[in-house]
Amino acid sequence: MTDLKLYQVGTFAAGNRLLDPAQRTEQSSGERSNSITSGHRACRGCGEALGARVVLDAAMHATGGRMVTVNATGCLEVFSTPYPESAWRVPWLHSLFGNAAAVASGVAATLRAQGRDDVRVVAQAGDGGTVDIGLGCLSGMFERNDDVLFVCYDNQGYMNTGVQRSGATPAAANTANTRPVGTRVGNAFGTGKSLPVIAMAHEIPYVATATVADLHDLEAKVTRAMSMHGARYLHVLVPCPVGWGTTSADTIRVARLATESGLFPVFEAEDGEVTGVRPIRRQVPVEDYLRLQTRFAHLFSGEGRPDVVARLQRQADRSIAHFGLLEEAAR
Amino acid sequence: MRRQVEGSRAIAETVARCGPDVVAAYPISPQTHIVEALSDLVELGMAGRCEYLMVESEFGAMSACIGASAAGGRAYTATASQGLLFMAEALPNASGLQLPIVMTVANRALGAPINIWNDHSDAMSQRDAGWIQLFAESNQAAVDLHVQAFALAEQLSVPVMVCVDGFVLTHAMEAIDVPEQELVDAVLPPLQPAQCLDPAAPITIGAMVGPEAFTEVKFLEAHRQLRALDAVQEVADRFHAASGRDSGGLTSSYRLEDADVVVVALGSVLGTAADVVDELRDEGVPAGTLGITCFRPWPFDEVREALAGASQVIVLNRALAVGSGSILGQDVRLTVSGGPTTVHDVVVGLGGRPVTRHMLRRLIEDVRAGRISDHALTFPDLDVETVSKELARTVDGADGAALAGAVLGQLATPWPAEEEET
Amino acid sequence: MSGRCRDEVTSRAGRAVMFQTRFHGRGGQGVVTAAELLSVAAFDQGKHSQALPSFGSERTGAPVVAYCRIDDRPIRSHDPVTSPEAVVVQDPTMLHIPGVLDDIAIDGVVLVNSTRTPSELGLDHLAARVVTVPATDLARERLGRPLPNTCLLGALAGLTGVVDLAALQRAMRDRFAGAAGDLNAQLAADGFDLVQEGPEGVRHAQAG
Repeated sequence: MTDLKLYQVGTFAAGNRLLDPAQRTEQSSGERSNSITSGHRACRGCGEALGARVVLDAAMHATGGRMVTVNATGCLEVFSTPYPESAWRVPWLHSLFGNAAAVASGVAATLRAQGRDDVRVVAQAGDGGTVDIGLGCLSGMFERNDDVLFVCYDNQGYMNTGVQRSGATPAAANTANTRPVGTRVGNAFGTGKSLPVIAMAHEIPYVATATVADLHDLEAKVTRAMSMHGARYLHVLVPCPVGWGTTSADTIRVARLATESGLFPVFEAEDGEVTGVRPIRRQVPVEDYLRLQTRFAHLFSGEGRPDVVARLQRQADRSIAHFGLLEEAAR
Repeated sequence: MRRQVEGSRAIAETVARCGPDVVAAYPISPQTHIVEALSDLVELGMAGRCEYLMVESEFGAMSACIGASAAGGRAYTATASQGLLFMAEALPNASGLQLPIVMTVANRALGAPINIWNDHSDAMSQRDAGWIQLFAESNQAAVDLHVQAFALAEQLSVPVMVCVDGFVLTHAMEAIDVPEQELVDAVLPPLQPAQCLDPAAPITIGAMVGPEAFTEVKFLEAHRQLRALDAVQEVADRFHAASGRDSGGLTSSYRLEDADVVVVALGSVLGTAADVVDELRDEGVPAGTLGITCFRPWPFDEVREALAGASQVIVLNRALAVGSGSILGQDVRLTVSGGPTTVHDVVVGLGGRPVTRHMLRRLIEDVRAGRISDHALTFPDLDVETVSKELARTVDGADGAALAGAVLGQLATPWPAEEEET
Repeated sequence: MSGRCRDEVTSRAGRAVMFQTRFHGRGGQGVVTAAELLSVAAFDQGKHSQALPSFGSERTGAPVVAYCRIDDRPIRSHDPVTSPEAVVVQDPTMLHIPGVLDDIAIDGVVLVNSTRTPSELGLDHLAARVVTVPATDLARERLGRPLPNTCLLGALAGLTGVVDLAALQRAMRDRFAGAAGDLNAQLAADGFDLVQEGPEGVRHAQAG
């Protein structure tokens, strides 16, 4: 049975001054580490920049500032470290695209060998560096149960190189190499993989999904993850205004619609079993979500492709059924 | 203390005594006995507090070493051939980030065709990756070089690969004086990381460098490698002072003093060459050898001086620069250019074909008799008949010169022929 | 020059002081171990020695060759042995593989693991001395396993004196823990004794 968490007392503000201080977010605190500080070169409305800030500040809080991070090649790494400047206020290592998990495993190994394992390791990568090129190293880290929290910021494509398709790109999405030309509807149905489910198959101590639409939930999951040891995986949906074709002001709204439509299930799992879900409070048809993004505009222009939309709706319905996202919550 | 032990085992024990914090292990022939032995040694506490990471690939291995080293630890791995290629992306990453990682490369041929036996094509393929490359000519040199490698890497902040001929040395059992802990400690001080991921002093490692600064960074990296030319000898001197053994340094030589024909080579074939030199010397032929111990950075001055007195140099290449010629040979050629020495480039020992004393002896005699070109790449042990048949079968409208070259067991090279005297 | 000079001359001037043995067999028969044990025994007696395996892909039953060199002087070369003083054939099915009996020294020894005589094996024509020893049978008796290598090593020591039996046995006890060490040492003694006996005890052919 899942507890329904209610944070809002009044407005939607992250801090919400009417909340008990203990329930406020780290982001609302003046004491937050600001792990990635302002001045970086992210696009306006970048979901990943927001996600990284929330995740790392929560991790810094949870670990008393005893944390180092390893970052794969990708948007986050590129926009945060334009030599000679760096936006990082935490120890930060960038190596390559596909090896964040292996590098992080190496960092954790040295810390352990030197008796410094009060210092915790967080690896960060985009969806490309996680589900495609990073999968081998990540699976290795999982099966060894190395003491690393791996965070995937999923904007569903290779955004930094110009919006190409990844193994996390949803069906029917228009990307630079899955354009809806000829008879193609965009990214093919029947492809793609769910890294959270793959992570669960490794039976690692903790797997969770989250989005930047619910900062309380995201922070809570980071905190929970950092209270554990061993291999842990957090998959965060982070809309990309450029790649998704959303307005920069819609980032959080679009992320919320992704969960409320059922297309992006939000859940937690431990040792391979789902332990809790964030129920959908007000289910929305997938169309409400898709119409906000020009990467799906081809489904609605002219006569549109109602068959494709229906197929996406069926995907959402299956996800809702599988994870029990509309079940009555026990209180 | 000398004992009869397998090369791989001796290397593993030496590495353990160097006190790595992290050993990343992925198996590939012919390095397997090294990582297997290290697993036991680490488990038995004979490597100090060491984490033995069984990674999922060689790319994972080098990546883990990068993380381990950046976190302020002493990191080690071993590989060969295809494994070295699989981590190719991570090699210049390690050198570019100035991480003092040490790696054993159990030299093995690169496929295709797949071949598990010894040649130098793997190490050669990564000669520009910014790593120091040391070549061991014997198992004693191999173990001694590993101690020196850690010291060198940490002194310079440049990663080092120690190349040891696969199977030929790694699987040979012979008398080796495995460095004791006191010797290691005398040569290798405790690691003082030049950079370290530490919450007490946060730094950003691995920023993105654009056109306005990249050249300067690369210049400094190349400069660091060149400083190795002095450091290699310094560390070798320290090792000699502590052990009485002369294993290390930029080059080694055998009966080079008054040699008129010199064989230049890397690795274990130098032992065979020394035997042949003795035979020839007994017959009055002034032969000698020059071994290159430090291949990268290339010891230009030392090699030039060493070969100054020779009229003929024979370079034994155990790898090919396909489409261009030789690799070791071209470095030697450049080094002696402008002088009277002729350089005879031969390709031998590819894919584990043994370099026999008989073949080497005949080769030297052929060079002395003017039968080996100094402007083509000669393959003295090529099965010319088989190759010619295959060319005749497959090459339409064949270029006569190409076929003729094969018949002579040679490949044309871009180097100009000697001017004919009129 | 900063390079190392190792000009200590070790010329042999034509003297053959090195003893080279080539072992043939199949994967799983302990061919590599045999070469190694011989090298350890020689080292134990203060000699220089080197054991070199020659690999194909790892697979039981595949042909395996191993070499052992023994000398009073340091051994520098790691090339394969081409002119052995002794050839040990651990599996008689190897006898018709080309190369197995190549280039043996004229006064060399060929030791074959077989219950048959050299004549029956068709080896009478060799200039070298051929001796057959039923090593597998003896190993089955002693060890309960058909591993002929240690018995053959004892026989090799007996025939050539290249190492002492005692040194071989020490090497075996060191290599194989507990009872296995003793049993293999016994087997080596069996092989050693067998080749001491006259024509009654061991079937061998003297080269004509």
